[in-house]
Amino acid sequence: MTKRTVQFKIYRYDPDKDEKPYMQDISVELEASDKKLLDALVRLRAKDDSMSFRRSCREGVCGSDAMNINGKNGLACLTDIDSLQQPITLRPLPGLPVIRDLIVDMTQFFKQYHSIKPYLVNNDPPPERERLQTPEDREELNGLYECILCACCSTSCPSFWWNPDKFVGPAGLLAAYRFLADTRDQDTNARLDNLEDPYRLFRCHSIMNCVDVCPKGLNPTRAIGKIKDMMVRRAI
Amino acid sequence: MVNRQPVGAHYGLKDWIAQRATAVYMALFTVLFAVCVVALPDFSYASWSGLFKSGVFRFLSFLFFLSLFYHAWIGVRDIWMDYVKPTGVRLALHLVTLFLLVGYAGWAAQILWRL
Repeated sequence: MTKRTVQFKIYRYDPDKDEKPYMQDISVELEASDKKLLDALVRLRAKDDSMSFRRSCREGVCGSDAMNINGKNGLACLTDIDSLQQPITLRPLPGLPVIRDLIVDMTQFFKQYHSIKPYLVNNDPPPERERLQTPEDREELNGLYECILCACCSTSCPSFWWNPDKFVGPAGLLAAYRFLADTRDQDTNARLDNLEDPYRLFRCHSIMNCVDVCPKGLNPTRAIGKIKDMMVRRAI
Repeated sequence: MVNRQPVGAHYGLKDWIAQRATAVYMALFTVLFAVCVVALPDFSYASWSGLFKSGVFRFLSFLFFLSLFYHAWIGVRDIWMDYVKPTGVRLALHLVTLFLLVGYAGWAAQILWRL
């Protein structure tokens, strides 16, 4: 493919200079090797170095470049430019405070993540080599541990928009189930107690926006269903 | 007030199950009700009220209304929880909803046993 020009409509906001956010129309010429949206953004920044966005690994592992792309959350580094309708509209992740341009303040998101104790709790003395699991028990963690905390899911969830301070959100609940499902963890009851709350867990009404946007193809709704299952099994 | 968000109300599971259970019951009753109405000998007031003369049918109908109101309570409460932020206003709306639904339940009983 030869050189081509791509049209963008980008959310711009610099709190030091702008009174309020605005949408900027801008185009950029791409080289044949530019395949992903992130490649185009890097070219854009070369053209206008005031444009701010987060990026790091550029291969869908770090979760830094999550943004709202043509109305749907996704990672710029995993999105093919050619799959997008032009002008490509880029906005920051919805529902979180904007720091500048496409950069949002993720404090609330990580606060919820930390609230579910995202680490193994095991009070037995550590064995000489490692804590073992059967292959079947290990199987249960597939589709849970791969989350890169990009926040695409939580910021596409209306329940998280309305109550980001109380609802754990799909990313946090996926991580919660990752430790509930882990046979090496000994904190199951406390973890379920922590989530048994009309806001923390039961704000989820299974609308599955999270599943729709997850760039890693994970299914937080299924994990949330399994947490509810565990609670039912514990109570009934 | 200090800017701290207390969480951990330790309820929600029962409501979540109740919402599903009442939905299932309402779906089943709707089918039963439709079958009974279609099976009426004629569409007169006499046969309509005759349907409700049976104690079992009256009981099942009342259970339907109770399910409806409990289901509505959880649904409407969820709306208040999502969209109404000031605690006082939310509590007031919860109470109004609750009183209304309890009132409706009494009213439904009165209607059913009057037929």
